[in-house]
Amino acid sequence: MGETILRTEHLQAYYVLDVYGTQKVVRAVDDVGLDIRENEVYGIAGESGCGKTTLLKALVAAIEPPLRLMGGKVFYRVRGQEVDVSSLDAEAKRRLRWEFVSYVPQGSMSVLNPVIRVKESFADFIESHTEGKGKREAFTMAQEHLAELGLPANILNAYPHQLSGGMRQRVTIALATLLKPRLIIGDEPTTALDVVVQRGVVQLLKDVQKKLQNTIVVVTHDMGVQANIADRVGIMYAGKIVEEAPTKTIFSAPLHPYTRYLINSLPRFGDKTPREGVPGSPPSLIDPPRGCLFHPRCPHALDVCTRELPGYTQVNAGHRVACWLVGEGRNG
Amino acid sequence: MRVLRDIARDYRFALSFCVLCLLLALAITSFFSPYDPTFWGTVPRDLKPSWSHPLGTNSKGQDVFWQATFAVRNSLTIAVIAGLVSRVIAVLVGMIAGYRRGFVDTALMFLTDTFLVIPLFLIMVLLAMLVREKMNLVTLGLLLAAFGWAWDARVIRAQILSLRERDFTQTAVLSGTGTLRLVLEEYMPFATPLVFSTLINNMSWAIGMEMTLAILGLVNMDIPTLGTTLQWAISYQAMLLGYWWWLLTPVVLSVLLFVALYWLSVSVSEYLDPRTRIQRVGAQ
Amino acid sequence: MDKVLEVEGLTKVFTLGSVISRVRITATDHVSFYIRPAEIFALAGESGCGKTTTARMILGFEEPTSGIIRHNGQVAARHEKVWFTRGIQAVFQDPFGTFNPLRTVDRYFFATVQNYGLAKSRRDAIDLIDQKLRAVGLSYAEFAGKYPSEFSGGQLQRVSIARALMTNPSLLIADEPVSMVDASLRMSIVNLFKELKEQFGVSVLYITHDLATAYYVCDRIAIMFRGHIVEMGPVEQVLTEPKHPYTRLLRESIPEADPDKRWASAIRLSDLEREEYLGQGCRFAGRCPEVADLCRRQLPADVVVDGVLVKCHRYGELAGHQPPP
Repeated sequence: MGETILRTEHLQAYYVLDVYGTQKVVRAVDDVGLDIRENEVYGIAGESGCGKTTLLKALVAAIEPPLRLMGGKVFYRVRGQEVDVSSLDAEAKRRLRWEFVSYVPQGSMSVLNPVIRVKESFADFIESHTEGKGKREAFTMAQEHLAELGLPANILNAYPHQLSGGMRQRVTIALATLLKPRLIIGDEPTTALDVVVQRGVVQLLKDVQKKLQNTIVVVTHDMGVQANIADRVGIMYAGKIVEEAPTKTIFSAPLHPYTRYLINSLPRFGDKTPREGVPGSPPSLIDPPRGCLFHPRCPHALDVCTRELPGYTQVNAGHRVACWLVGEGRNG
Repeated sequence: MRVLRDIARDYRFALSFCVLCLLLALAITSFFSPYDPTFWGTVPRDLKPSWSHPLGTNSKGQDVFWQATFAVRNSLTIAVIAGLVSRVIAVLVGMIAGYRRGFVDTALMFLTDTFLVIPLFLIMVLLAMLVREKMNLVTLGLLLAAFGWAWDARVIRAQILSLRERDFTQTAVLSGTGTLRLVLEEYMPFATPLVFSTLINNMSWAIGMEMTLAILGLVNMDIPTLGTTLQWAISYQAMLLGYWWWLLTPVVLSVLLFVALYWLSVSVSEYLDPRTRIQRVGAQ
Repeated sequence: MDKVLEVEGLTKVFTLGSVISRVRITATDHVSFYIRPAEIFALAGESGCGKTTTARMILGFEEPTSGIIRHNGQVAARHEKVWFTRGIQAVFQDPFGTFNPLRTVDRYFFATVQNYGLAKSRRDAIDLIDQKLRAVGLSYAEFAGKYPSEFSGGQLQRVSIARALMTNPSLLIADEPVSMVDASLRMSIVNLFKELKEQFGVSVLYITHDLATAYYVCDRIAIMFRGHIVEMGPVEQVLTEPKHPYTRLLRESIPEADPDKRWASAIRLSDLEREEYLGQGCRFAGRCPEVADLCRRQLPADVVVDGVLVKCHRYGELAGHQPPP
């Protein structure tokens, strides 16, 4: 782990919806502070509705109405300088994208243009982000890149629908890493894929990270994938990060009740003992409960949990939890 | 009603609704007309607007205001007949073809494509010339309906084709629902905005078509409609002679009607669009 | 032996392409298996292996190119769908797609009651619906008059299961029932299948690519690869001691929620799916770590080893076994 490459301070991003006169505010990301280092894989784990996709949008500075940045900042460390992303203009943001930070979305079909061959997608891409490369040069660049990643060159001539789902996802990763970005953000990169293909995609991401020595932020609710790829994991619940620790710690000694439930609810091989899921359902982000957002579902809720939001307790270096059961909450 | 309150927020709906209500009121007053619209010379000719003749009189000796009431009423009648009948045909054809697929689909689409490809205007002119004597509101409405369904049948069929692949179709089948009920209950909520907006568009088209045929003299010129009153004004050189009240009346009325219909269709179909509906659903 | 469902030699061939270039893809190739009463049977494999096509044929949504489907010993006739769906029901992958988003969910329940004549009055219908909802952990009061968007994914999937139970089916076909549900909520739904089997004697055809939940809830399992069943037997044996090289690959690829058990070796993935479908011999020959020349030329026959059916030359001809007559 090295210097900080991506940092957020009290990030707040809400959706403001106006549907025929009624205004609803969805507090999708509420006061999130992250400190992500160079040369690490950081996993964000959480379930549907916890705000992780919104968090990603904020991290890549792709905030558009009805999503609004209500507060906080996002900082990148570009070439040794800290840059406040929200203060950049559209052109500066465009230059950062793909060269500094790139994005691997969930559905690979939506990234590749279905009516042109893969090599043309690569060419489009290369032409819009570098100067003076002809079609021939762009093609060679694409071929070399694919060879580096261990992908066969013949896929360049194919149309996206001819490739298998796993191959499409890997081509998307190849596109995203073409310009050697320092920060790769993956939004559920393996979710729609089956186990064997998933393994191949995760393998590719790890190879890329090792080669480029850059940072990957992987957002997924699949704890098995987190266990395989992440160095550190942040557990997200209802718009906030409730626990953050190195992967080994999260799995062996989770402290927050939600994390515990999450880990215990996963079936393990060779073990047919009944496993329990998290009771209840996720809270509404429009009208969240007072105090700790998990308290309605928490079996150990104290009185203070229903009244006040817990701050972070630094359990030891690299491990913080937001829970009243773990010491007095201190902000920071 | 909550629905009206919601949709009335859209200024387009509010305005167009008011205008249409006014026009409808105008049409209804035609029943109280003191003059028979088909007679000439019931009042002195070419009088400017005054208290006794609010919109003046025309060169045929008819009160322009009362003529206008009949014009609006008749045009709307034609439009409604044309619109409704063509909707029914379009929905039936589109839904049956879309759900059944196979030979039925191919046959119905062949029919639809034929109607789409025929040069509409020429055929209508031809037919209008042939039946001109026996043309009345209803026959004109039906003639227009016969040519207005093809496009929308295809649109509805496309919608049904995509809905057919959705999981909830299978759920309905597994619940034992028969084909007809399935298509009507499951697919209609998705098709309704399409049907409604195409209805309004079709009505606009019907009115416009009628006016075109009237200018060409291919309809029964004795029946006052927006088209025929306009045509009489033109053929009597109203513009040159300065009888602006005679010419402007049908023009203003038809512009109002077209704009109101357009705004109505756009605002209602936005309201009914499944994507915004889903947002509103469950908000109560 | 009583069999709730028996499938023999089920084959489905899709022809793609235009008049100029036609490609025939065999989605399922002579698939045979049976399900006993009160048994949870898993059909597992990657996406594209033919498991969903098999389910659609059993439900009657797709016509098999050849093969026989027997339900409770009787062969289903082409047009007898209503009779058929009484005994077999289905739960789909996406709970939000299962119901029409523009209509309330209870309508499907009332429609089922009406179409199958399950109750005489509205009062009785509500009681019946409430009973089924309680079996899945919900109640009529919290469900009536609601639209699909007002439920959470997990709740809606339960509602979907309750709807499937309305006709007291002997077989429930669950197509990836938990893959779109959050990880922490999956177990409660998977547990539900277990309860239904134990309390009501319902058999379940559990289609999935997630072997972890399959291991947890199923009695027997069949592993499918590109339209063939490559291994079939009791779940304990198949998943803890996999025989077929593909089953072994699947088993190893399941990500364990334990950082100490990370994937050790690298694997090869297939590039263009079509090539694998059109192969002559064993479909797995392109990726198999134990491939022999015979594998590329000839499709392996089914061999029974230790009570488990395996379709692999390594247990068949190459091991000196004679295929069963």
